[in-house]
Amino acid sequence: MNDKPEKLIDKKGLRLDGRKLDELRPVKLEVGVISNADGSAYIEHGKNKILAGVYGPREVHPKHLALPDRTVLKCRYHMAPFSVQERKSPAPSRREIELSKVIRESLEPAIFMEYYPRTMIDVFIEVLQADGGTRCASITAAALALADSGIPMRDLVVACAAGKIEDKVVLDLMDTEDKVGAADVPVALMPNLNAVTLLQMDGQLSTDEFESAVNLALDGCKQIYALQKEALKTKYINVKEEIKEEAEE
Amino acid sequence: MPIFLENKQLVTPGDLIAEGEYIAGENTYMEKNKIYASRVGIVEYETKRLDVVALKSFYIPRMGDTVIGTITEVGFSGWTVDINSPYPALLRASDVLSRPFRPQKDDLPNVLDLGDLVVANIVSYDRTHDPQLTVAEPGLGKITRGQILKVTPTKIPRVIGRKGSMIGMIKQETGCNIILGVNGVVLITGKTLEDEQLAMKAILKIEEESHTSGLTDRITKMLKEAKSGKEETKNE
Repeated sequence: MNDKPEKLIDKKGLRLDGRKLDELRPVKLEVGVISNADGSAYIEHGKNKILAGVYGPREVHPKHLALPDRTVLKCRYHMAPFSVQERKSPAPSRREIELSKVIRESLEPAIFMEYYPRTMIDVFIEVLQADGGTRCASITAAALALADSGIPMRDLVVACAAGKIEDKVVLDLMDTEDKVGAADVPVALMPNLNAVTLLQMDGQLSTDEFESAVNLALDGCKQIYALQKEALKTKYINVKEEIKEEAEE
Repeated sequence: MPIFLENKQLVTPGDLIAEGEYIAGENTYMEKNKIYASRVGIVEYETKRLDVVALKSFYIPRMGDTVIGTITEVGFSGWTVDINSPYPALLRASDVLSRPFRPQKDDLPNVLDLGDLVVANIVSYDRTHDPQLTVAEPGLGKITRGQILKVTPTKIPRVIGRKGSMIGMIKQETGCNIILGVNGVVLITGKTLEDEQLAMKAILKIEEESHTSGLTDRITKMLKEAKSGKEETKNE
């Protein structure tokens, strides 16, 4: 598996998995998958498989962490030991701790933190299978789980990455492209407010390349947002249709 | 000043509902003269005021609400009660005993112990203080028998129905007494277990299908069918 492919883009302009340069991996979203949690979501983004669960708002433990004027958002991004080729130690790594913080900060602007003082919201993100771009998929799933739990939000948050491989700006990097390629730009967006809540860059890009990468990522965000909305609604529309069918019988 | 969505339409957080001179009601917020939804729910509006009826939420205490809670802690001079909300409620011993509390003589676990259920009213609550309960009114106090059911708090008005039509119908059809806690906890007490279970089934059905129309008719039909089925088995 560690052999590097010679070419990331073939003669026809297609990538390793047959995608076009500006094409997303197939995304599947589901809401309400964990009945013990207040809200939950599951995302399959290409080969990424991620579960997100939300608990709260609830009492803060330990109590001294409580804030008098707003709720505390706690995020835990964790990769299962079996989520990657080589076993990953289940203890939180430096990278996981950083991603937890990054994800928390990208979700915070979407939540009405000041509505519920002295409480805490827990977000648990478990990566079951990883294939590049897990932070973006995690944000998408976590935002969906938050909305599912009934926590008031300004907007949903969607995330998507763009990057550079072989001097071309492409959308939604997968693991090999991320490692072999030149740059990776993850972007998180609140689509209705048109506000970016996360913007990172790993690698080197010229100003023009950076701009087109951001625009491409924003485009990808909007595509995923449509799926996100649909996933939230499906849960309730299904019930409605069942009744309609019953009535027609 | 357009409204972008129809009445009864399903929305998700961040959906733009209207722009202009409208009043942002429940589960909505206003920014730069635009009104957005803040929860998954159904849009409802009358002339000026826009509301989103949430399909899932949690309970935030309000003064005067009747709630059903569980004792989670017995303290020195009162109890801590879980009222299905982010904030734990406090119940004072003197309130339950309806006389001054005497620490030497009164044994609190004998009055209310861990896991006991109480029907109570909220006397005070604000952002800085946890809610306080009272049981010193008729109809309140410890629950001794019946079935407990939890539903999403926003569905309680739907269970009540227009001017109490839905709950009245369920009470009549099943012969059960039903107490609805605003915090989403429901107490059902009936003559037999079957009656109680039938009422529970009806309320769960309402929770699941609350966002559809013609619900009262379907529930009536369901209860009538269940009742006639029971009578048949009796006659056999």
